[in-house]
Amino acid sequence: MSDASGLRLIGVSRRYEGTGRGVEELSLDVRAGELLALIGASGSGKTTTLRMIAGYEPPDGGRIALVDAAGAERDITREPPQRRGFGMVFQHYALFPHMPVLENVAFGLEARGVSRAERRQRAAQALAGVGLADYGSRAVQALSGGEQQRVALARALVIEPHVLLLDEPLSNLDPMLRQTTRDELREMLHRLRITVVFVTHDQEDAFAVADRVAMLCAGRLEQVGTPEALYHAPASHVVARFVGRGALAPARAEGDAALVTIGGVTQRAPLGAAAAGAPQVAVLRPETLAVVDATEPDAWRGTVQTRRFAGDHFVYRVGNIAGASEPLEVMADHGRVAEGDAVGVRLRPHPIALVAAPGAR
Amino acid sequence: MSKRYTGLALAILALLLWSVVYPNVSVVAGSFAHGLRDWRAFLSSPADHEALTNTLIISVASVMASLAIGVPLAFLLTRFEFRGRRLLSVFATLPAALPPLVGVIAFLFLYGESGVVTRGVQQLFGLSRPPWTLTGVWAIVFVHAYTMYVYVFLFVSAGLERYDSSLDEAATGLGASSALTLRRVTLPLLTPAIVGSMLLVFMSALGSFSAPYVFGGGTRVLSTQILVSKLNDSMGMAYVETSVLALTAVAALFALRWIERRRDYAMAGKGRATRIVVQSRGWRVAAPIIAAMAVTFLVLPHAMVVLVSFARDGTWTTQVLPPQYTLDNFRHLATDPDLMQPITNSVSMAAIATAANVVFGLLAAYLLVLTRAPGKKLLGLLVALPWAIPATAIALGLSATFDRNSLASARMLLVGTFWILPFAYFIRNIPLVTNAVEGSLRQMDPTIEDAARGLGASWWLAMRRVVLPAARPGLVAGAMLASVAAVGEFVASIVLYTHANRPISMEILSQLRGLSFGTAAAYSVLLIALVLAITTGARWAEARMA
Repeated sequence: MSDASGLRLIGVSRRYEGTGRGVEELSLDVRAGELLALIGASGSGKTTTLRMIAGYEPPDGGRIALVDAAGAERDITREPPQRRGFGMVFQHYALFPHMPVLENVAFGLEARGVSRAERRQRAAQALAGVGLADYGSRAVQALSGGEQQRVALARALVIEPHVLLLDEPLSNLDPMLRQTTRDELREMLHRLRITVVFVTHDQEDAFAVADRVAMLCAGRLEQVGTPEALYHAPASHVVARFVGRGALAPARAEGDAALVTIGGVTQRAPLGAAAAGAPQVAVLRPETLAVVDATEPDAWRGTVQTRRFAGDHFVYRVGNIAGASEPLEVMADHGRVAEGDAVGVRLRPHPIALVAAPGAR
Repeated sequence: MSKRYTGLALAILALLLWSVVYPNVSVVAGSFAHGLRDWRAFLSSPADHEALTNTLIISVASVMASLAIGVPLAFLLTRFEFRGRRLLSVFATLPAALPPLVGVIAFLFLYGESGVVTRGVQQLFGLSRPPWTLTGVWAIVFVHAYTMYVYVFLFVSAGLERYDSSLDEAATGLGASSALTLRRVTLPLLTPAIVGSMLLVFMSALGSFSAPYVFGGGTRVLSTQILVSKLNDSMGMAYVETSVLALTAVAALFALRWIERRRDYAMAGKGRATRIVVQSRGWRVAAPIIAAMAVTFLVLPHAMVVLVSFARDGTWTTQVLPPQYTLDNFRHLATDPDLMQPITNSVSMAAIATAANVVFGLLAAYLLVLTRAPGKKLLGLLVALPWAIPATAIALGLSATFDRNSLASARMLLVGTFWILPFAYFIRNIPLVTNAVEGSLRQMDPTIEDAARGLGASWWLAMRRVVLPAARPGLVAGAMLASVAAVGEFVASIVLYTHANRPISMEILSQLRGLSFGTAAAYSVLLIALVLAITTGARWAEARMA
């Protein structure tokens, strides 16, 4: 699909009376042919945003537009879902239970007045495209969760949509299936070179599938960027907390170094990204820390609360650190330390990101 | 353990065979008592031909009219938000609270030849004659539509409440217009609800007696023909007519069940549908006005009965509204023992029948849900049977069977005694109560009873401490439905009553014939009050249990 369109949201708002939930003044560009994930905790407004893009919820304010290859905008804010020509895969797939698989997939073509013979042929093609070539006559209830998801995808793709929208596409799959489906999904969507917006509450799903990730919190856009950018250069402590693991500790930048202070003990590491705002905190990812002997000078001292084996490495959770507001998770390549042991924690020579502290302006 | 189930199951089956199957078999057998003579007479009788045709026309038209009102109303009230919606949805089920005969009388007072609306229109336009007469097939369909659309409304509303709205969104997102979405997705998925309610309306209309009897104006239908034949003492003919009526009902039951087959789909997603707020200017003005008119139309029959209950008997002749008002009608009911008698009768007969229904319903539902008792399939069928057979047919069966004491043919003399009516009410309400209890027990995990027994509880203790509490919501709901139906019962009563056990409905009819409109209306108000008291009591009991 070479005529992929981009999508532009300009100051879009949607408020629900009395709930305090909704979306506030959201502006976001989705580039033609890119895979954008909307992430955030439940209630952050990500599903509302998706539903506004699809046309199921009218925005209270702002505009939504399609952007063609030449950069021309077409306003679709007031266009009903029928006329947007988007494909959508619902969280529970919303397959029509009274129609067999092929009829489900062909429904969008039926709505477009495509002849019976042609829609059968195109629906069969779409089914083959998701690897369900022989499933046309089956009842949708007889399919597994993964198969249902692929039928829903075929149904959304057969109408050759400008934009494909996916609402929690992986949340109804069991963990084993989830891994493989995730890879298949990315591979398929990339091959189609179609513009995709998908919603997920799972940061791992977003990182595995998306080109760029937009994180929402309480109805506002916190950050949009590549997965690496969100991980290594979070724009706020909210993003730092939501994306990846790690603790926050008071810190300041000094030249190209980051100085992290816990319980009066200051350690130094190369400065990574630094977001604006003061006072600042460091994002201490497990891989930026190392366990050392408890006697080592200038280390933060604590005791190992849990020891987790993760295949090629171990993760220790070190608590009881004087002056620390939370335990530190530390990655190590050895399992020599036992739970209950007294250890020291040191910064590795690994770039550390700084963000504004909670409550900072 | 299974022996105890077997004993209980056999006892319950025997009771059903004796009280439900036997009378109906007697009727069919009675229709052949003179060989095929009575059937030939039926087939060649123009009156019966007309009755059968009318019955079918009325039933089908009642279903169509109820669908035409109930389906759009259910969509309107569950899918849209407008001023007056809440009020309208409160009053939408009001007609169901009207005992059948009372509804008919209210319509007579309102739209009959000398009704308030009729005379009002006549006077307003200075017509020399009433603008319409409330007689014939279409008058009956009119009343049926008013009382029976509620079934369709309730079924479809419940279906829509459970409906996964993302299915509609999926359809529109794929480019389907609202009309296509409705035709290809929403309505097909509501088929079980729609067909279920159609069945209910068809059955009610088929067996309906009050409307044709009170203002049929010479319109023959099967249920009234049966009574006429019985009063003329042509019992053979009555049996044939009853058999035809019952067979039609059973045929309709199977036909609609066949349509409904394999159409019930569990909904996966959340049912939550956001109501569309009515935006357009015109509709924002029109919607509350239309809602107010609809509410007025719905309340009018109740208001009319209340109004007439204060009218002095014999004073309302040619005026639009009754000219004189008094409390005497109610005073008479309370002081005159002869007028008090029907009230005592109805209340005590309803109480007896309901008590029997509750015990029977609990045992039957227990067998059906929680045991592997033999003959469960048959039991389920027999329990549903009294619902499928029109009340007139059941009543005639009882009168044909329990008219003498005879041990050899397992007959008892009940006709002419007090007990025949509670017995008839009991049979009529078996499906109602058993279904309600079944519903409650199905929500209970069957292993819980096993667990209780495994902990050493005796059958009786498990029944009392585990099964009974689980069944209680269903018992309360069933008892409410049964007592409401019994206290206002008319159709079986008119076939079986005697002067001594005449219920309220019969007294209303005889007061009406004596042109004592005020007294008839006072009884009707009392009946409505009883229904209200019962439903309020049941709600209170339900709230206390929750």
